[in-house]
Amino acid sequence: MEATTVAKTGTEGQAWGGGEEKPLKASYGKLMMWFFISSDALTFSGFLAAYGFSRFKFIEEWPIADEVFNHFPFLHGVDAPMYYVALMTFILIFSSVTMVLAVDAGHEMKKDKVVTYMALTILGGIIFLGSQAWEWKNFIHGEYGAVETRSGKIIQFVDADGDRIALDEFASASPKDRTQHLAKNGIWFSSESSINPMGLEDVKRGFEANKTLRVRTMQITEEGEKEILSREESLLKLNTSGVGIIEGANLRQNEYGAPLFGGFFFFITGFHGFHVLSGVLILIIVFFNVLVGTYEKRGSYEMVEKVGLYWHFIDLVWVFVFTFFYLV
Amino acid sequence: MAHDTTQGEHVGAKKRIWQVFIILSILTLVEVALGIVKPDFLVNNDLVSLSYLNWIFIVLTIVKAYYIIWAFMHMEHESPSLRRVVVWSGIFLISYLIAILLIEGLYIQEVYTDEYITWDF
Repeated sequence: MEATTVAKTGTEGQAWGGGEEKPLKASYGKLMMWFFISSDALTFSGFLAAYGFSRFKFIEEWPIADEVFNHFPFLHGVDAPMYYVALMTFILIFSSVTMVLAVDAGHEMKKDKVVTYMALTILGGIIFLGSQAWEWKNFIHGEYGAVETRSGKIIQFVDADGDRIALDEFASASPKDRTQHLAKNGIWFSSESSINPMGLEDVKRGFEANKTLRVRTMQITEEGEKEILSREESLLKLNTSGVGIIEGANLRQNEYGAPLFGGFFFFITGFHGFHVLSGVLILIIVFFNVLVGTYEKRGSYEMVEKVGLYWHFIDLVWVFVFTFFYLV
Repeated sequence: MAHDTTQGEHVGAKKRIWQVFIILSILTLVEVALGIVKPDFLVNNDLVSLSYLNWIFIVLTIVKAYYIIWAFMHMEHESPSLRRVVVWSGIFLISYLIAILLIEGLYIQEVYTDEYITWDF
């Protein structure tokens, strides 16, 4: 008798039954879950390695994660690097604990306990998804804004103390004349930006009027901080190479630095979030199966164990995303 | 079958779960604390072109991964053959991928900085 649970699947003697001889001493379902997890692990490491590749490519100008992810709910304007992702990590680790407790209760065939622990796990997953949505909202919305240069780099603005300053703190949109667009002037109407957006000219004017402001480039200095130019260099940089303003982030550009940074953020945390979402959905299906007693009748809670494997894998991936996206 | 085992083993299994949870929490707290404080001597000293701080982060992450796979995913109760199938193929392929991509990334960075073309104009 083996230590691992081998469930009867009702396929014994058929093509998928696999016979009595099990070389890896695991059931068909668990083995396939392990193979799926291995291939998914390779997909995620492909993403993280690609992130490392791009980061090494721009090693001297990559955004500093502490400055990007420094929000915490209800603490507006307070610099709180990492606390929020740390909280998210704890939520996910704790949901992993409740999941493994559910699996353990399944081994003991205690249906009520399985139900309770799975409900807690689902709750943890949903809270994590909500947290990630909030994180995305902050990232997309942005905080300070930046100016894009001709070469596709960005420049940010700091006050006399070297603290970041938002574009709308020193520049305001100027009234612009607008002419009604008429059909006789053109047949095809493509698009028009909002009525009175703040433009590069407004930023330039505001920057010249505030004598203490300076420009911060993407370059990382020996001290591990972003380079701040002198006032003269700042004026020259802004006036000669600025081409437009960026507020927040999208897939094409972002106010934090290298455009690839935004792309990788959306792609890696998004792909992980998609795994969490599908994990929550599968957990809910299995949860209802537990409720109606499907596994009680089957005599084995192996399905809970399999979805548990997937759920722990999600936690495992997050541990790596946390390290390589937020810490290193 | 696992549910045939005695009561004592299940008490042990629960103890193990909470033990691992405490270990994972402490490791995460240490990582977060180091990430916020960033002690100078850890940031400024390198070992094989990676700062001590980043080495600590990576090693702690792998320790955390070990506990999640071994304790939570019950890898410690699986047969040695299954353990090897999953763990070694992952380790070999991932280290190959990482090595090749990071070396290439550093080379491109070298080209960007040392060649006679400016990328910031």
